[in-house]
Amino acid sequence: MKGMTIIVKTVSSWIKVLIVLFGIYIILFGHLTPGGGFAGGVILASSYLLLMLAFGREFVQKDLPLALDSKLDCLGALLFAMIAVLGLVLCDKIFFANFLYQKYLPGQPFNLISAGTIPFSNIAIGLKVGASLFLVIFLLSTFRRDTSA
Amino acid sequence: MSIPLPLFIAVPLVMAFFLPMFGRKGKTAATVLANLVTVSLLVFAVASIGKTEVYEVGKWSIPLGINLVLDGLSSLLLLAISVVASAAMLFSARYMEQYTAKAKYLSLFLLMVAGMNGVVLSGDIFNLFVFLEIASLASYALVGFGCEHEELEASFKYMVLGTIASIFILFAVALVYGNTGTLNMAYISQAIQNSGLNAGLKFALALFIAGFGLKAALVPFHAWLPDAHPSAPAPISAMLSGILIKTLGIYALVRVVFNVFGISVSIGWLLVVLGLLSMVAGAFLAIGQWDFKRLLAYSSISQIGYVILGIGLGGLIIAKDNNLPWASLAILGGLFHLVNHAVYKSLLFLTSGSVQMSTGTRQLKQMGGLAEKLPFTRATCTIASASIVGIPPFSGFWSKLILVVAAVQAGFYWIAAIIVFVSLCTLIMYLKVQRYVFLGELPENLQQIKENRGSMLVAMVFLACLCALMGLLVLVPCLKQSILEPAVKVLTDGLEYSAIVMKM
Amino acid sequence: MPYALCFLLFMLGLYCAVVKKNMVKIVIGILVMEYAVNLFLIMLGYRFGGTAPIIERGQLLESGQIANTFLNSSVDPLPQALVLTAIVISLGSLALMISICIRTYEKYGTFDITQIRRLKG
Repeated sequence: MKGMTIIVKTVSSWIKVLIVLFGIYIILFGHLTPGGGFAGGVILASSYLLLMLAFGREFVQKDLPLALDSKLDCLGALLFAMIAVLGLVLCDKIFFANFLYQKYLPGQPFNLISAGTIPFSNIAIGLKVGASLFLVIFLLSTFRRDTSA
Repeated sequence: MSIPLPLFIAVPLVMAFFLPMFGRKGKTAATVLANLVTVSLLVFAVASIGKTEVYEVGKWSIPLGINLVLDGLSSLLLLAISVVASAAMLFSARYMEQYTAKAKYLSLFLLMVAGMNGVVLSGDIFNLFVFLEIASLASYALVGFGCEHEELEASFKYMVLGTIASIFILFAVALVYGNTGTLNMAYISQAIQNSGLNAGLKFALALFIAGFGLKAALVPFHAWLPDAHPSAPAPISAMLSGILIKTLGIYALVRVVFNVFGISVSIGWLLVVLGLLSMVAGAFLAIGQWDFKRLLAYSSISQIGYVILGIGLGGLIIAKDNNLPWASLAILGGLFHLVNHAVYKSLLFLTSGSVQMSTGTRQLKQMGGLAEKLPFTRATCTIASASIVGIPPFSGFWSKLILVVAAVQAGFYWIAAIIVFVSLCTLIMYLKVQRYVFLGELPENLQQIKENRGSMLVAMVFLACLCALMGLLVLVPCLKQSILEPAVKVLTDGLEYSAIVMKM
Repeated sequence: MPYALCFLLFMLGLYCAVVKKNMVKIVIGILVMEYAVNLFLIMLGYRFGGTAPIIERGQLLESGQIANTFLNSSVDPLPQALVLTAIVISLGSLALMISICIRTYEKYGTFDITQIRRLKG
């Protein structure tokens, strides 16, 4: 899959930074404003999709190899599971307890550090959704119309 | 010691995401880890027999939070799930060497087990839907695992019908939420008892029966099963036919109809009629099949009809005369047949997988005389066939006997006659299997095959011993009281479920 | 009245998924059905003249309680959480369906389901 003209390549390499920044903002402030893990993850995946459209598939494959993407995906899910299991261990057998809010770091409402473990869950979900959506779109784009049966 | 309930869901889920990191070099390590997980689930399930527990996740009290409920029916099904899953996982350690990407297969398998455990333990109706979807998606991917022509076609058919069923179920959950204002099953049941069924709730009940009936492959909705079960790899066929259609279909249907909505005469008759249709149609369609696994799939449809017939008969008796001993007997027959069928149908699919791995074919006309070449497979297949037909002292005989006695006692002589007739049809189809696969003479191209030993053998022998010993579950009183009776009590109590959950 | 239109959309999706012969059209029919059910769920939680269920800084009183003006005028946030979960599930299911469509096209050479009938009986 070839890339596009030089104007598109230059502009998209500037815009990619803005998109990633916006995605990270939506993930991090997920407990205060609408959004959260899933929406932010979709935005992160779409930044790589923009790169794939502008530069071609081989460039993106060198940039983020599929094996690494697969491992990022599993890492995101394992992080989420670790947060839940830590609640089981630290807060005397309550699964998924919000142990940061109750014991260590209560924080004030409406601040960034306020809801305990929810921002960390958002980060883990954002990582997983971004990685897996990018993997799906990349693998589906290898469809060739003239493959013989 | 009591096991925290989220471990049943968390352990397979964490392992399912840990295994794809192994890749191609760590195949043995991944297989060993996965087998450890299923065996530990078996240990957990045995350790939680006979306990009743309500666990609130995150300590948010209901109805604000989600709870996990373990009662008699849940613990019976957890036991069945873990037995079949550990046998299938042991079998696939050797069988799946023929396919590539084994680590992904193991992770999808563990996701399916985690989803089924979640369906059985959930106390909240939307949580049930989410875990049902997790298990269904994992099974759609596993059916098409080999990516050959037939597997892809079967997987697409299964997926379209399964997704339509899930959308029906989601629509029904939305209707229930709109009419009662809560999602917790105990609170929904209480709201329905207070206000009665209006038109929206009746439509929701119809959508639930359609959706769960499609997942359970009852007869108007069975079109996906004869294509999906033969095309899947053998341990996945065993899991699908042995456990998935029972957990996602029958358990969810029974829980919603008996404990949340409450049984009535028309629903009881509907279940009885669906059960009879499934039994008769499955048996007739199975006799004419020449593909080994397709015959077993049609016979699954027929045996699921037995289970729904038993449970529906019990519900009908409760709704009509409120005669609890007769209803308990019918429900006991239905639930015991469910557990029996899980064990012997999965054993039959595993033996068919062993035959396929040795001979490379599934067509009955191309096999014959395999009795000397595959002795262990022949022995276990004969034990499983004897159980499913209903020869004493194997386990199938006791469950069919209880069903016939319950039907005669309640005065439905024609139902008892149909049960005996379908048992005769089952005998015909399994005699056909035995004659064409194991007896007869050996074709020339199969002279050099040999038995597959190793983990496949261990799994088949384990299930065969269980088959032979399961009859003791009803004969020995203390086993019956601790395992089967609490499950029956949950269903005959019906709407008392909400009082029990809210009191804890 | 809006519920009836939602049900009509559901029936349209069901018709499309059952009658059409092209695999991709069947998948689109299922997608329309999912949209209809998500729309139905969100409409259930709506309250006329309601506001978004996000607490502003002025609505949290010093005692930690939530002001009555918020409780009287916000829409129900629970169906919105349910719809978020349902959208994620349908995304996963759609990805799987499309990839099976693509693999089937590579094997059989056609998208027409009347010609993909090797399993009979």
